[in-house]
Amino acid sequence: MTSETPLFTYTLRLADTALVLGHRLSEWNALAPTLEEDIALANLALDLIGQARLFYDYAGKVEGKGRDEDALAYLRDDREYGNLLLVEQPNGDFAQSMMRQFLFSAFALPYYTALMGSKDETLAAIAAKAEKEMAYHLRHSGEWVIRLGDGTDESHRRTQVALDELAIYIGEFFAVDAIEQALIDAGIAPDPAKIRAEFEATLAHVFSEATLIMPKAGYAQTGGKQGQHTEHLGHLLAEMQVLHRAHPGATW
Amino acid sequence: MYAQALDQKDKGPKVVEDPEKLARFEARCAADEKIEPKDWMPEAYRRTLVRQVSQHAHSEVIGMQPEGNWVTRAPSLKRKAVLISKIQDEAGHGLYLYSAAETLGVSREELTDALLSGKAKYSSIFNYPTLTWADMGTIGWLVDGAAIMNQIPLCRCSYGPYARAMIRICKEESFHQRQGYEIMLTLARGTPEQMAMAQDALNRWWWPCLMMFGPPDAISEHSSDSMRWKIKRFSNDDLRQKFIDATVPQGHFLGLTFPDPALKFNEETKHWEIGPIDWDEFKRVLAGDGVCNRQRMRVRRQTEADGAWVREAARAHAKKRAARQALQAAE
Repeated sequence: MTSETPLFTYTLRLADTALVLGHRLSEWNALAPTLEEDIALANLALDLIGQARLFYDYAGKVEGKGRDEDALAYLRDDREYGNLLLVEQPNGDFAQSMMRQFLFSAFALPYYTALMGSKDETLAAIAAKAEKEMAYHLRHSGEWVIRLGDGTDESHRRTQVALDELAIYIGEFFAVDAIEQALIDAGIAPDPAKIRAEFEATLAHVFSEATLIMPKAGYAQTGGKQGQHTEHLGHLLAEMQVLHRAHPGATW
Repeated sequence: MYAQALDQKDKGPKVVEDPEKLARFEARCAADEKIEPKDWMPEAYRRTLVRQVSQHAHSEVIGMQPEGNWVTRAPSLKRKAVLISKIQDEAGHGLYLYSAAETLGVSREELTDALLSGKAKYSSIFNYPTLTWADMGTIGWLVDGAAIMNQIPLCRCSYGPYARAMIRICKEESFHQRQGYEIMLTLARGTPEQMAMAQDALNRWWWPCLMMFGPPDAISEHSSDSMRWKIKRFSNDDLRQKFIDATVPQGHFLGLTFPDPALKFNEETKHWEIGPIDWDEFKRVLAGDGVCNRQRMRVRRQTEADGAWVREAARAHAKKRAARQALQAAE
């Protein structure tokens, strides 16, 4: 293992997480509950795909084998993808998608804020851009979680179901493996344990207003960062990569 | 994205207007003055605009579907981002246009109901399927290109809110058009498979795009009112010819062949001449028997139905919040 490998792997994980969530949001295209929300969801998707492109570009440079953003996004299989399990979960209904977005951005905002202090200047610069975007994502999704949780009986039930289903993936945000630990020790990656209190406070505040009950901390499903995914990612990538892979070497 | 294929004569009940007010209104239109929401206007003018502006808005909203078909399969991250952003612009156009229509005294709910019930039309071009990635290029290049031909004159439409919405929309549409052409250029300079994809897309979209301008002037339900009121400024055939003259050289530059053996340049008139358009196809698709008419409407209705509980929750929460704030203020 060269000294570059952990940085490459870590950067790819950040890229994959942003791309997979951006892709999921793009699946909402033209299907949102209002025209205003179609525009908002497209904004979120564009932010995340933009972040993914910056991370992929940097990962390619770190690797030094000439792979560009598209080679990394389109020509790797699901076992090589290092995204968080939460973000590959299907859109479900609007409550599921907004809960997924809320849980992720409640983590990503303090995480990218911490990453701005990275000793790696490129990661710090990407984080500075992403942090501003995540603040908007957190506000938008948090407001929806409150509206839906504290809306009608039906919307409350759907939103509580979404939380109960997705809670198992929260623990992975904070699960650190040897690759990540090496970068934390080197001052390149933030230590997620240090932002856990802020993350939990955000959830407690929003869920209280939304009259939702946080499920008791149970088993935390991990594996996404190491390429062991749920059944959903393979289908997502099959669709996303089909055209690119059908024309090897073509320029688009 | 809209072109005047849907234009039709006002068929509403005749309203006897105050001759003095009508004369003043006609004079303002003749003098190219803008009519604003609070100004007096004849009922037929208002109805014509509501119909046209709302059909334009519906076209933007339905138009999100055929392009949305390729968002999840876009072949590069850059193309994916650009396509999402283009469809987002279309949602935005829908919003401006519904707002412009609302200034004429109809609500967005009424307009949406008219679309969902099938009473209101949308541009027929969206009833054709998007079968390959090249269709994303062709829609930008030809469909948006045709829409621009129609919409540029609308920036000078007599009705102020519509004209102002069109200025903003045209700027974005011309960006979309260039973007679409750039996709075609990339395909045309790419592999033989990519070139074949581009040619196939042109073969499928060329004639439907020419139909976007509506029936020939000789048989169209020509409305002299719309012309006089500065809602419509050019005839269907004039706009179609402008589009053909602008587009044919662009297609040739790409190395593509137009699916029209009769296409030829007339040295005397300096115009490209085309073969006969299949107006039976136009009428059939407009009447509901295109490949995607049923699908587009089913998706739109399903989307409205699926979103109902969300919109209801938002209203319920706003009410609860307002009640709590009132209670706090009272304490």
